[in-house]
Amino acid sequence: MSNSSITELIPVPDEVTARIGLIQYEVEGGFPVENGYVWTTCASVENANPLFWNETVANELTNGPIAPPTMLSVWFRPHHWSPGRTESAVPLQAHFDLKDALDLPEAIISSNTNTFHEPVRIGDRVRSRQILRSISEPKTTKLGYGRFWTIDVEYLNQKDSLLGVESYTAFGYRRLGGDRS
Amino acid sequence: MTGGAVVERLLYGDVVVGGALPVLGIDVTATTVVLGALASRDWRPMHHDRDFAIQRNGTRDIFLNTPNQAAWFERYVTDWTGPTGRLGRMTFHMNTPVFPGDHMAFMATVDGTEIDGAGCGWITLDVVLRVGDVTNTACTTRVALPLDKDDNPWTRRGDAWRP
Repeated sequence: MSNSSITELIPVPDEVTARIGLIQYEVEGGFPVENGYVWTTCASVENANPLFWNETVANELTNGPIAPPTMLSVWFRPHHWSPGRTESAVPLQAHFDLKDALDLPEAIISSNTNTFHEPVRIGDRVRSRQILRSISEPKTTKLGYGRFWTIDVEYLNQKDSLLGVESYTAFGYRRLGGDRS
Repeated sequence: MTGGAVVERLLYGDVVVGGALPVLGIDVTATTVVLGALASRDWRPMHHDRDFAIQRNGTRDIFLNTPNQAAWFERYVTDWTGPTGRLGRMTFHMNTPVFPGDHMAFMATVDGTEIDGAGCGWITLDVVLRVGDVTNTACTTRVALPLDKDDNPWTRRGDAWRP
């Protein structure tokens, strides 16, 4: 890896810097929180927690059925297809905006902090909003050269109660030796 | 007891700093990866399209996505706490992807205990997801436990819940 690769990175445009701290993409999820995804998620990790399988336990402990806290992001991810849509929707648009604006074709999520507040209940309409928190100086990792950025996604229910915050740190990069495409 | 359902619950006083949780071992298959991605509504091709993962991401195969790793960590922690354990915060760093063919081992130790100003009992766990000798993902989790059999962290609201 030569330093010349890093110098090929474009500077962070002013209009991107101006987004830091602003609320973006405040949207309501495409459907109410429902048990089908809860059970599919529990099945995917063999989670036998009776809170999610036994209504009696849920009524006793959480005053009714809830979703696993770590499912927060499930409720804001768009359908892969929906009628009339001409472009694919992406779940973390602020992240993909940065990839485009910084001309970094690849990206991975490198760390993630989730803070859980009010329980997410079956039937809730979850609203999310994205907030860009920071963009790093150019960095090189074993994947390539690029920049790290952090985006918070805040989740609220139909009563405006905060359900949780997911804070994603991503690395947008060009592969070492890769072409600029 | 809960309306006839027996619920195992770990209490705050049962936990000792430095104690280890039982190891959970899981053999990862392509189904594990794809099911986890679809369950979390993550349609991105690196979690179901091997050619894309290799050619575009430079990885050796499809790999577990972030939300599904969070679900695995939640399952591992609440297997230990029982249903009265309530997650407050989870931070994880993914160092190396987890691929089909890997054997995941989840391990954890108790890093700290604390009763906060609202009287909620918290446990901090250092959790790792390992494949062989490599720590693929490191996770720190803060989970609330009942102080006694009549306490229930899920009833906490507003300022009484400080995750």
